[in-house]
Amino acid sequence: MSRLQARFLIEYSSFRLTAEFSLPTEGTIAVFGPSGSGKTTLLRCLAGLIRSPSGFLQFDNEVWQDEAKGIFVPIHRRAIGLVFQEARLFPHLSIKRNLTYGMSRVSLQRRRISLDRVVDLLGVEPFLDRRPHQLSGGEQQRVAIGRALLRSPCLLLMDEPLASLDIQRRREILPFIQRVHQELTMPIVYVSHDLSEILQLAKSLILLKEGRVAAVGPIQEIFGRLDLPGVVEPGVVGSILDTQVAAHEPEFGLSRVECFGHSLFVPHQNLPVGAPLRLHVLARDVSVVTHFPQTQTSVLNVLEATVVEIGRSRSDQYAVEVKLDVGCPLLATITRKSLHHLNLKKGQVVYAHVKAVALSQDFRE
Amino acid sequence: MVDFTDLNLGPLWLSLQLAGVTVLVLLIIGTPIAWWLAHTRSFFKTAVEAIVALPIVLPPTVLGFYLLVALGPQGLVGAVWHQFTGSALSFTFSGLVIASTLYSMPFVVQPLQGAFEAVGKRPLEVAWSLGASPFDAFLTVASPMAVRGYLTAIVLGFAHTLGEFGVVLMVGGNIPGKTKVISIAIYDHVETLEYTQAHVLSAGLLVFSFIVLLIVYTLNRRLPLQVS
Repeated sequence: MSRLQARFLIEYSSFRLTAEFSLPTEGTIAVFGPSGSGKTTLLRCLAGLIRSPSGFLQFDNEVWQDEAKGIFVPIHRRAIGLVFQEARLFPHLSIKRNLTYGMSRVSLQRRRISLDRVVDLLGVEPFLDRRPHQLSGGEQQRVAIGRALLRSPCLLLMDEPLASLDIQRRREILPFIQRVHQELTMPIVYVSHDLSEILQLAKSLILLKEGRVAAVGPIQEIFGRLDLPGVVEPGVVGSILDTQVAAHEPEFGLSRVECFGHSLFVPHQNLPVGAPLRLHVLARDVSVVTHFPQTQTSVLNVLEATVVEIGRSRSDQYAVEVKLDVGCPLLATITRKSLHHLNLKKGQVVYAHVKAVALSQDFRE
Repeated sequence: MVDFTDLNLGPLWLSLQLAGVTVLVLLIIGTPIAWWLAHTRSFFKTAVEAIVALPIVLPPTVLGFYLLVALGPQGLVGAVWHQFTGSALSFTFSGLVIASTLYSMPFVVQPLQGAFEAVGKRPLEVAWSLGASPFDAFLTVASPMAVRGYLTAIVLGFAHTLGEFGVVLMVGGNIPGKTKVISIAIYDHVETLEYTQAHVLSAGLLVFSFIVLLIVYTLNRRLPLQVS
């Protein structure tokens, strides 16, 4: 499996970025963090637009930068595709010539994607003879993605490609990015400050905070970490469950999904049985009981779980995070009072109540 | 009626030749300078900008005087030239080209610099990421996007060279067929009270300039590209 290994240190008068990581490039790597955390700087380092004086960068077997050996491959010799926040189409060229600009600079043997394939994948057939200014923002961004793909890159770098678009256009483009990844099996590094995009796309995550890597690894692992509250906004502290649609119960407006042998009910999803569905379960929507509820409860989703770890209690806060294992990590926020009352211990078997509404987080919204 | 038979059009052709060659030289020299000025963050940028702009504020006679000294057989440039070619630079067409190049430099460099700055780095970054080398990106992205800048530079450089008087008189003198350009010919005619000939040449230059500008502005408006 190919890996992306990087080490950068950037120091400006007002900004500093230190980043070191090694990640498998199977699937999409998301770079997530608030504005000013260094996401774009990191991406520009990866692209070769910024040269970190002591940097190192290796993708697969190719060393793109190793300053210790004086190696720095300039951007035009790296097999990368780059998509910016703005489409940045060349105004003096037709859409077709925009698309083929990078393609014509790749030798025939190294071309992996045909123009027809990209035109088909991104649905840009109707615009081919037009000029960039005749296209809407969403259409332009699709062309920009296609243009980067036709460069036949080994790695696609995307810097908040949806940020300048309205919700409608985002919904229009996000599926295209997913298709790029699924149909072309091209590794993507995707920068965003929008959690819903990240949750929908990412397999692994680089979490940046104030110019430092706060966490790096598979997204489920990171979103199952007890120290997550210190790293992301309180409102998004929660775990990620990758489930599969198992059945639909249209009479109740529900769908049943499965994950690690557990069944969960979620609001009806317009997806075929077997389709993957990623859920984001907010920690505050998970409560813990020590015994399987004997009496009827309105909570549909009760998961048997093991207590893995209990967060550090702080006297100035009433709540504490508890990390459970349901086959994958599941965070629950409970009060310190409850923690004391239930007398939870590591390794203890408990039951996690997940409110059905909390599961409705379908990230196509 | 004006008698056209004794009208000498030599100075006009000489002027057009001089302006054409000067603009060509300026495009070759001025483009890299403008490119550098548009993209550098160097400490020397402001100084270079000031030097390039000097001919705008300097009296032509001052520039002409220093050029005469420099291009003369004992001058810094003239001596070297003399060693290699065996001829002087002052009072020659080559000398005029060198003088005009310096004199018209700001009128070519400044529009180009402005155009390159308007294009900015962003389209270049895209071009590089698509596999274009820096020179490739300059040729296929920056230059076509800066086409209006080129047009302005060519017109201003050409017109300014065509109209120069002081520098040419100092460096080139008034040698018919070699350095006697149209502006000097007009001056000559006026000096000798040949107002008719002066009128014809002046009116010719006026109409010519107007037509050139008209064509350029029309072309400029029709260009498909809007770079903001």
